[in-house]
Amino acid sequence: MSAKPVSGSPLTGSDHNIKIAVENVTRTFTTKGGRVVTALDDVSLTVREGEFLTLVGPSGCGKTTLLRILSGLDRQTKGRTTLRRQADDKRPANAVVFQQQSAFPWLTVEQNVSYGLRMARANRKHIREQTAFWIEKSGLTAFKDSYPHQLSGGMKQRVAIARAFAYDADVLYMDEPFAALDEQTKAVLQGELLRIWEDTGKTVVYITHSLDEAATLSDRIMVMTAHPGRIKSSVSVPFARPRDVMALRKEPAYGELISSLWDQLRDEVGHAMADEAAKVKR
Amino acid sequence: MTVSESGLGVSALGTHPPGASNLLVTEAAGERAAATTRRIERAVALLSPFLFLVVWELASRAGVLDDRFFPAPTTIVQASWEHLRSGYLIDNVLISLRRVAIGFTVGAVPGLALGLVLGFSRLGRAALLPLVQAVYPIPKSAVAPLLLLIFGFGEASKWVLVALGVFFPVFFNTLAGVLNLDKIYSEVAQNFGANRFQFVRTVALPGAMPMIMTGLRLGVGMGLLLIAVAEIIGADSGLGYMIYNAWQLFQVDTMYVGLVAIAIIGLVAQLLMNRLERALVPWAQH
Repeated sequence: MSAKPVSGSPLTGSDHNIKIAVENVTRTFTTKGGRVVTALDDVSLTVREGEFLTLVGPSGCGKTTLLRILSGLDRQTKGRTTLRRQADDKRPANAVVFQQQSAFPWLTVEQNVSYGLRMARANRKHIREQTAFWIEKSGLTAFKDSYPHQLSGGMKQRVAIARAFAYDADVLYMDEPFAALDEQTKAVLQGELLRIWEDTGKTVVYITHSLDEAATLSDRIMVMTAHPGRIKSSVSVPFARPRDVMALRKEPAYGELISSLWDQLRDEVGHAMADEAAKVKR
Repeated sequence: MTVSESGLGVSALGTHPPGASNLLVTEAAGERAAATTRRIERAVALLSPFLFLVVWELASRAGVLDDRFFPAPTTIVQASWEHLRSGYLIDNVLISLRRVAIGFTVGAVPGLALGLVLGFSRLGRAALLPLVQAVYPIPKSAVAPLLLLIFGFGEASKWVLVALGVFFPVFFNTLAGVLNLDKIYSEVAQNFGANRFQFVRTVALPGAMPMIMTGLRLGVGMGLLLIAVAEIIGADSGLGYMIYNAWQLFQVDTMYVGLVAIAIIGLVAQLLMNRLERALVPWAQH
């Protein structure tokens, strides 16, 4: 990503609230057998400054691919992505929270949380303060000298989230961070994430296949289709902030939102499963 | 089966059979039982080598074992004591240790460095890996006469032989350690903007460290094996020479003293490696 003026992008328009623009992005992979697989097909979307945007869709719809492209871990085959940065913003562009266990096993909780800041060679006082602050905020103080293998799955994911927040990047990308956790832990961590995020006002692009999670956390939800991955629809989430994870679930509007999302997704899941079955037969 | 006999069909599968019942009871197991088992295991582990020595001693004294080839343990202890007092044993131990230490360093450092570099470089692997793999199967002890010819009778030939033995296990294990690193960790490092040097220091080296330690362990064993070979075929000092010289003079006691000394050095080296591992891999699930 280079910081040069671009023409024809949604970001050059009058709407200065747009933070991220994805324009006609396509990503194809060539398999070992020489077959070309389209993971993302002509995807366009924009994310507003400070928005919590969630991508939902069946497995294989390319949501992770899109996140990897946005975070710079992968490159699109066609199309363009643009990120608006403040001219005087010295912070790193983005931080990713991965789905898998990604806390370094050889670093203590404290060393893991400070990792990004140490790589950026921030000054020591800043590193110490930031690390202590985010360890405290993530409820990890008692474990700061522990190694990841001594922690539960939920704790490890807290470490990865604290590490991303402590890095203080402009944008946060989260790829199903709670997918591997049990329901109770998930609900607690969702509540924590909301609280932390509401304090920072960061722009977040979030991936999940849990409709509950999408409805609880997001400002806006984009439903994706599979094989090839495309955007099907965009749904605004009407609930006021700050939100209470448990109280939200009792509201009638919540149930309506989930069922309307499910209606949109049902066909896609069906298609995706049919595709899988066809692949097995082949 | 009873299903058809009862005439009730499939639903009868879930019903209780009539008649008397037995109770299958599981009582609590005390923690003490496990502790006692552990204590017995430890006692047996300590006692069995001691028992072995006692049997050997008795057999040797009774003439069951030929004490020209298998002198009694007490005879070996006595010989060790004499060689210790004269300084002969200590001198030779120190000379051998020095050779192993220098050879180990000369072999382990390039093995580690090359393993790390090839771990990152596809081109480097394509260029050098076939060569290394082709040289690897040659028995190092078979190269000893050649080394003696090239480097002479002095210290260098011993260092090089030990270094050759140490290089390969350290190299292969370091390479495997880097290549087997989970991709997620390099992606995290990349996402957090780590440069090449930071990546090696914070991800590749610590991530590969358990495998590197395995390589170093194998290297130590190889080094001790090869120093004995080197000193037997061409040296006038060291434990290998001491054993060879004792053979020429038919001093069987002294041969055993040399063997026991090498065994003890090997044991101590492994204990030191355990220490080193705990220091370098504090995050391992011991």
